[in-house]
Amino acid sequence: MTKVKSLAELKAMREKLQNSLDVREKSEHPESLVQVKVAMATCGIAAGAKQVMEHMMEKAEALKIPCVFTQTGCMGYCHAEPTIEVRVPGRDPLVFGHVDNNRADEILEKYVQNNELVEGIIPVNYEVIDK
Amino acid sequence: MAKYKLHVLVCGGTGCKSSNSLQIIENFKSLIAKNNLQDDVQVIKTGCFGFCEQGPIVKIMPDNTFYTRVKPEDVERIVNEHLIKGRKVPDLLYTNPENKEHVSDSKHMDFYKKQIRIALRNCGFIDPENIDECISRGGYEALGKCLSEMTPEQVIAEMKASGLRGRGGAGFPTGLKWELCAKNKADQKYVICNADEGDPGAFMDRSILEGDPNSVIEAMAICGYAIGATKGLIYIRAEYPLAIDRLKIAIRQAREYGLLGEDILGSGFNFDIELRYGAGAFVCGEETALIHSMEGMRGEPTLKPPFPAVSGYMGKPSNVNNVETFANVPVIITKGAEWFNKIGTEKSKGTKVFALAGQINNVGLIEVPMGITLREIIYEIGGGIKGGRKFKAVQTGGPSGGCLTEKHLDTPIDYESLMAAGSMMGSGGMVVMDETSCMVAIAKFYLEFTCEESCGKCTPCRVGNKRMCEILDKITKGNGTMKDLEDLRNLAAVIKDTALCGLGQTSPNPVLSTMDNFMDEYIEHVQDKKCRAGVCKSLMSYVIDKEVCIGCGKCAKGCPADAITKTEYIAPGHKLPSMVINSEKCIKCGACISGCKFGAISVK
Amino acid sequence: MVKLTIDNKPVEVAEGTTILKAARQAGINIPTLCYFELAGMKFENKPGGCRVCVVEVEGRRNLAPACATDVMEGMVVHTNSPRVINARRTVVELILSDHPNDCLQCEKSGDCELQALAVKLGIREIPFKGEQSTYKTDTTLSVYRDMNKCVMCRRCETMCNKIQSAGALSGVNRGFQAVVSPAFEQPLGESSCINCGQCVQVCPVGALTLVDNIGDVMKALADPKKTVVVQTAPAVRVALGEEFGMEPGTIVTGNMAAALRRMGFDYVFDTDWSADLTIMEEGTELLHRVGKVLNGEKAVLPQFTSCCPAWIAFAEKNFPDLLDNLSTAKSPQQMFGAACKNYFAQKIGVKREDMVVVSVMPCLAKKSEVARDEFKVNGDPDVNFSISTRELAHMIKQFNIDINDLPEENFDSPLGESTGAAVIFGATGGVMEAALRTAYEVQTKKTLPRIDFEEVRGLDGVKTATIDFEGLPVKVAVCYGLANARAMMEEVRGGNPRGFHFIEVMACPGGCIGGAGQPYHHGNSDIIRKRMEATYREDAGKPIRKSHENPDIIAIYKEYYGEPCSHLSHEQLHTTYFDRSKKIEAE
Repeated sequence: MTKVKSLAELKAMREKLQNSLDVREKSEHPESLVQVKVAMATCGIAAGAKQVMEHMMEKAEALKIPCVFTQTGCMGYCHAEPTIEVRVPGRDPLVFGHVDNNRADEILEKYVQNNELVEGIIPVNYEVIDK
Repeated sequence: MAKYKLHVLVCGGTGCKSSNSLQIIENFKSLIAKNNLQDDVQVIKTGCFGFCEQGPIVKIMPDNTFYTRVKPEDVERIVNEHLIKGRKVPDLLYTNPENKEHVSDSKHMDFYKKQIRIALRNCGFIDPENIDECISRGGYEALGKCLSEMTPEQVIAEMKASGLRGRGGAGFPTGLKWELCAKNKADQKYVICNADEGDPGAFMDRSILEGDPNSVIEAMAICGYAIGATKGLIYIRAEYPLAIDRLKIAIRQAREYGLLGEDILGSGFNFDIELRYGAGAFVCGEETALIHSMEGMRGEPTLKPPFPAVSGYMGKPSNVNNVETFANVPVIITKGAEWFNKIGTEKSKGTKVFALAGQINNVGLIEVPMGITLREIIYEIGGGIKGGRKFKAVQTGGPSGGCLTEKHLDTPIDYESLMAAGSMMGSGGMVVMDETSCMVAIAKFYLEFTCEESCGKCTPCRVGNKRMCEILDKITKGNGTMKDLEDLRNLAAVIKDTALCGLGQTSPNPVLSTMDNFMDEYIEHVQDKKCRAGVCKSLMSYVIDKEVCIGCGKCAKGCPADAITKTEYIAPGHKLPSMVINSEKCIKCGACISGCKFGAISVK
Repeated sequence: MVKLTIDNKPVEVAEGTTILKAARQAGINIPTLCYFELAGMKFENKPGGCRVCVVEVEGRRNLAPACATDVMEGMVVHTNSPRVINARRTVVELILSDHPNDCLQCEKSGDCELQALAVKLGIREIPFKGEQSTYKTDTTLSVYRDMNKCVMCRRCETMCNKIQSAGALSGVNRGFQAVVSPAFEQPLGESSCINCGQCVQVCPVGALTLVDNIGDVMKALADPKKTVVVQTAPAVRVALGEEFGMEPGTIVTGNMAAALRRMGFDYVFDTDWSADLTIMEEGTELLHRVGKVLNGEKAVLPQFTSCCPAWIAFAEKNFPDLLDNLSTAKSPQQMFGAACKNYFAQKIGVKREDMVVVSVMPCLAKKSEVARDEFKVNGDPDVNFSISTRELAHMIKQFNIDINDLPEENFDSPLGESTGAAVIFGATGGVMEAALRTAYEVQTKKTLPRIDFEEVRGLDGVKTATIDFEGLPVKVAVCYGLANARAMMEEVRGGNPRGFHFIEVMACPGGCIGGAGQPYHHGNSDIIRKRMEATYREDAGKPIRKSHENPDIIAIYKEYYGEPCSHLSHEQLHTTYFDRSKKIEAE
């Protein structure tokens, strides 16, 4: 290890390191962030959810959208996999179906950033238990 | 650097470690590797989460899933279900004791809801053996700020303005302590961290050192800068091997980064830390005794003045603060005194860590703002009394504190209010008692501890506490007199008035506070020879209900004292004569009760 | 200056004064127990442990220990409020609740500070019954320990470590089991104890007492076959009177000799005589060493005195590498024993084994010295028994004698005549001064211009001086307290940078006059001061004040030893020392 020689260096180091704790930091106060839940059950994974999640994480970082990504189980929309739920602070959660890389980009750029509607919204038909 | 999608935090504190949490970590690592998830999932061994009642704890981020009482064999299910399929494993989730519902998210657990974590900010969140994780949470930036933007006087002014008071028990204003030490000119000064945690049941200092050792190291360096010391010493009891290991790792890493040693952060300020091990004598928590012990002398207090700020370790000005006090310091510097000042009550600022124990549902370590009420702690965070029994008292402040009752439940907790109620903050032990606790026995328990741990230097503590203990023993054995109660009070008053150090002066508190609040129980023991809680064995008698007893004789066979014999009485409907206990022979072991299937034996 | 009020009396004292001392200045005597001070002699035991001296300070939460609390401007102190009286009484009752109440048989009875306290407070019963300490008693040849009586005042510990640096005693264990003990609770005799006995001198109670040899002496006196010879050390005569109600500093030499004669001792001799003999031997040895160095030969310097057996034991245990620096001359007690059992026994035709030599010493270490193998011939010790000043007083009282009523008598001859130089052996600096008086005249062959060497007198712990021997500067040092001796030895070990030739060491405060076998001074250093004054008064009044002018000494050399440091005197009057450090290291 090399020595840290000033407060500025320390802060720069923190910036660099912060990434690795990002996941934990964000989950401390998820209500202030965009929460994206990716349905990652067998059907989702089979439909490419994993790859879409990775793509979306990169895109969000590139767009500097503070996001917290979690995986969740089957949401029941197996016909529309991969499905994701997006919760933007101050808005009701929305579920999108048939999400591929393009739609993922659209969701982030249009819905999240500009509150424009995007295709593929699935009407919510259940109650969330973990309030 | 690989970016993990999921972080699995496993508690590596002493409590969870002893429940096999290291095996849990091993299992996670091997199963994650087996499922090829090593790039997605990171496993971190953290410090204590505080919820020790439910340990070992596994927390999964970012969805804040809080798994409790995890066994090594549960790991496979967590990996398969949660990590791979994203489904939480319901039966491992925390269950709300009130409505029996699973709580999937720690944000929604009552245990954490009312807590504000300052001293424990990184405990259970970072890997304490990796300084990078600490730095990424802003670690050492407070030190950097002090060194590059503040004068020592400003640091002290900030500490004074924050209103932080010593968390070791007495509540002396920290900033003022620093200022007193800073004023004394000397070629060498010392910053001493008191990690000789000794109150029965208190383990916050250990948890901080195990979970976030860097916070203490950083604070000691800040203190060194403020008072003009270049040497730090941590006096830690040798019975804390894990905390010692983590401290050693942290000190080594901090040195490698140049956060300890010479010319820290290019400021020209030098500071380094050494560890000193204590043998675990309670009295060495008293600062003068601690210093003598570090010097290789007998660990016993000496009179103040001179205060350590004038003549401490090796006769040099020294500043002694406890672990939790130090852990607050970096946050105060970073966020400012004003921010800290807003938390707490008028005279007691910030938060306090309590070790919650006793007859309470959620045993563990909590950090709450000063001014919270006992009711909130016991019923909300603590989840109420075990088995739905009735609350009787809560003992705060360990052997130096006292028992608080129902009438104190809504008092906002701070140094002054606890003192006024006949107890004290102490280091933050909080033992909750219900109707199964005998208050005379409780007083005796704490006094026995003090007797054991007294250094024996002054008469009131050496002989006085021994005599008080003997009187209490007499009372619990049913041989007490009303004069004994009088003697007890006089002795307690004189010991409080004359003992040399804080240990002795506060040792009568458990007796005085129980006498104040539960005099009826004392009188019952003395006059009626009765212990209502059924704790004092000598005052109990085992009785067989001759109408219920079927005369099977199992109790007689199991009695180690041959105290049970047959009578000639056969109860209506029974075929064999009932049994009877000879109270002269009975040793009150209780073997008969646990052996009787018919519930014929009871304790009176 | 600080102004305060004690018991409604306005008091003005210097800053840094304790409440206890401020009160004393105002004529208010606050009772104490653990507190102990030898004023002006750098010994203060102030652990603040017993809590007997607590007083009420207005505005303070709890009571304050007067011995260890400094006064503050405007302080209002009460030393006799009901709260204070109740606390003080309870504390004393607590101490007594773990104390064997066997005052009637206790050696300390009548001299016990706890007993005095109980009397003062009018304690009639102890309300607290409970466990009592049960420690095994332990004894060395000099010190008897009964820790059941220990009150944890820690005076012995402070004395043993701070003043003597012997490091034999310290607090061990916790709580009710806490007690002062050698390391690992080993017997004191196996520890680094050097038997100086100062722990006994400062013990307020009967926990540390002397090993009583009165019985042995009585038995010898009662045996018609034995010729019993007694010798009395210089410091005894200036202190014995205290035991008979006389003012400290009263000289009772003649009354003491009369008493000893009435008790049945066959010969009443004087250790002062052998002190003069010591000066001849030790002074000659010094001149030899210095002479060698002046001639460019090798010799070990500085030379240390060897009169004090605690000091010898200390050197053997701690500085085995420097034993050659010790004078080989025996102590006056042992020189007397050797001369008595060889020269005198022969002279009067008594067989050695039929002669019993008793010494009366201000010292407890002397009890260990008589038992050293080097001082025995075929198992028969040169000095059979050594009793202390206190034991002699007890014996005189048993014989129903009051020395106040006795006429003054002289010592017997030929081992009874002494000079002023011998008298001053009792005080720190005395051996040095006596040696200088003789060495100067022997070396320079001139009469001393002034006989009083004021520069080596007084109660300072360390004194140094350079004496001009007609152009030869002789550098000397004098110290008492073995911690001072330790510093001196370390300096010598480090090359003797100050170039000392001769160093006197005495273990006890003020020298033998403050010895552990002397009447208890209870911390009153004025008593030691008065004994010292008496010593120099006695010296000044002596017709002969230089050892080499003692006619009996001149005679014995002529008749028996030949000359100082002769072959015979080497055989009888000199000794060797042993490395006894291993035992300490092994532990």
